[in-house]
Amino acid sequence: MFIRHETIEKNAFLMLLLTLVVISIGGLVEVVPLFTIETTVEHVTGVRPYSPLESRGRDIYIREGCYNCHSQMIRALRDEVERYGHYSIAAESMYDHPFQWGSKRIGPDLARVGGKYSSDWHYAHMANAQSMVPESLMPHYAFLAETVLDTDDLVKRLKAQRMVGVPYSDEAIANALADLRTQADPAADNAALLKRYPKAVQVGRGDGPATELDALVAYLQVLGTMVDFADPANENLRQ
Amino acid sequence: MSDLALAPRYNDAVVKKFVIATVFWAVVAFLVGVILASELAWPSVNLGLSFTNFGRLRPVHTSAAIFAFGGSALFGTSFYIVQRTCRVRLFGGEALANFIFWGYQFFIVMAALSYVMGFSQGQEYAEPEWHLDLWLTVVWVTYGVVFIGTVFKREEPHIYVANWFFMAFILTIAVLHIGNNLAVPVSLFTAKSYNVASGVQNAMIQWWYGHNAVGFFLTAGFLGMMYYFIPKASGRPVYSYRISIVHFWSLVFMYIWAGPHHLHWTALPDWTQTLGMAFSIMLWMPSWGGMINGIMTLSGAWDKLRTDPGLRFSVTAVGFYGMATFEGPVMSIRDVNALSHYTDWGIGHVHSGALGWVAFISFGALYYLVPVLWKREALYSKTLASWHFWTATLGIVFYITSMWVAGIMQGLMWRAYDSFGFLQYSFSESVSAVHPYYVIRMLGGVLFLAGMLIMVYNLIQTVRSPTTDKREAMPAGVALAGE
Repeated sequence: MFIRHETIEKNAFLMLLLTLVVISIGGLVEVVPLFTIETTVEHVTGVRPYSPLESRGRDIYIREGCYNCHSQMIRALRDEVERYGHYSIAAESMYDHPFQWGSKRIGPDLARVGGKYSSDWHYAHMANAQSMVPESLMPHYAFLAETVLDTDDLVKRLKAQRMVGVPYSDEAIANALADLRTQADPAADNAALLKRYPKAVQVGRGDGPATELDALVAYLQVLGTMVDFADPANENLRQ
Repeated sequence: MSDLALAPRYNDAVVKKFVIATVFWAVVAFLVGVILASELAWPSVNLGLSFTNFGRLRPVHTSAAIFAFGGSALFGTSFYIVQRTCRVRLFGGEALANFIFWGYQFFIVMAALSYVMGFSQGQEYAEPEWHLDLWLTVVWVTYGVVFIGTVFKREEPHIYVANWFFMAFILTIAVLHIGNNLAVPVSLFTAKSYNVASGVQNAMIQWWYGHNAVGFFLTAGFLGMMYYFIPKASGRPVYSYRISIVHFWSLVFMYIWAGPHHLHWTALPDWTQTLGMAFSIMLWMPSWGGMINGIMTLSGAWDKLRTDPGLRFSVTAVGFYGMATFEGPVMSIRDVNALSHYTDWGIGHVHSGALGWVAFISFGALYYLVPVLWKREALYSKTLASWHFWTATLGIVFYITSMWVAGIMQGLMWRAYDSFGFLQYSFSESVSAVHPYYVIRMLGGVLFLAGMLIMVYNLIQTVRSPTTDKREAMPAGVALAGE
């Protein structure tokens, strides 16, 4: 041995210092390159920040702990691709602060649930999951339909996300509340909304202020729909 | 006669507080676990209330088990051990020790309340929002100051091996907690924040944190416990000094790399997955080094397993540790993980570690500590402790085996093809198929909880039994070392 261990175990400072060095190596090697290697996140077209309503829906998804039962990460395995759709790519969650890939499927994966069911189906399913899927273990979320969505700090929420790197433009932030109302009212003119947030799905019944359930359904309906995997321009997602 | 001479040599008051908290949070954690298991077997058990939904309640269970029960056990035992192995009183006096106790309990209660009221960062085992994260950082740094300060003023030239593990645990948890919780709050008065990292980088940082919550909170800290209480209870020295050294440094070096095995086949780059897998497999060796060192310490004292129920818990814990740390590397192999990930196999694996290792080694420490701290001759009833042992062991067996069957069944059903080449089962068919195993799992949890309640009764009766404290009869200042 080059050094006697006795030297270390008689010196608390040395022991702490060496421990710090030893525990730092693995984390640095695995984490730092993910920020520096260009190909870690693919360059694809279509991925955009969440619309204000979708973003609020995502907040509710997190608040209710949906990630405890649902993954949002289709693995590159044959059966998963056949069951859920194209395997998930890193670019699709590049604006997800935090990521919601999950680690357990008590319910099915939701990475591409957007457009899979109608919004009406989601409203019925969220109120009483067993009414749509008798075997389901999912709790009832009827209270979300009765809770008016809090939009007081909407702008602050988008600005906080901009601070961590989500590219909300000044225009997007200035129009946040208008965009949210447009998306929660199927009768509203959605041209400006779609220009800022392509593929945003209008939800709700237009019979009052947006509810938390409107926001959650808007979020679910956009999941996995942003990238068009048939688009030849997205070829370079094959690294 | 100075006040100093009258004061007991060690600060055991704070250890006692943590022992009581450990027992209390164990009951809470196991009870919430049973409720959650029941919700998965019969969803209407949540009574349709928002704050009893599985999604909000599950973090209460994980935080109560890991941070409240496990954390209180670690604080208490580490303070007990560091004072005796350094032969000095806790650094920082009563005030800092009490601040750590009450500050940590406050954190736990606030975290649990915040989850059920709908505040969460949405990252597993790191759910508390930013206010609470900051508070925990203050408490944790104070803990580090008190523990490390005690090591610095020790009167023993060598730092005992248990303290190596406790120091690595305290240091690493601080690094992980801060690294994973860097977030921008919506405003000073809003309990909502957005993590600075996103997507794939956030995923890697989260599982760097998450797996090392296992590696350093639930492993290194509890190995510290093992290295004190097994030699103490068996009256034998640690089996091998050399294994202690090799296994300590290799364990703390390798664990940090293992996180990516939570992200196999995902959008995390292959090179990171491969590194994570390779280190996870290598981790088997230091883990078993620790197991061998713990179990072989009983050489020449195996008969004590028949007479000392606390030691029986400790040694069985090390056995479960060996089993879980073999299963873990197996599951980290990418092709095994393709089957096991997202299924209940993972839940079973976690519980063989959490119930078999973490809880059992803590029970062993509690059965040792309560008579010593409250100065009672012995445990109230060895028979009841045996009942606890067998009830809890049976509960674990029910739990693990049902989750193995359920998990492997889910994995196989999800990938099954029929003779036409179509997926054979819908997702909901896999949900129905595991129902019986969810019921068995719930029964396993009930057994484990029942064992815990037997322990609570036994410990309360121990405290209520007559004291054997001879301190009053002794001249003041007589050292009561080695107790």
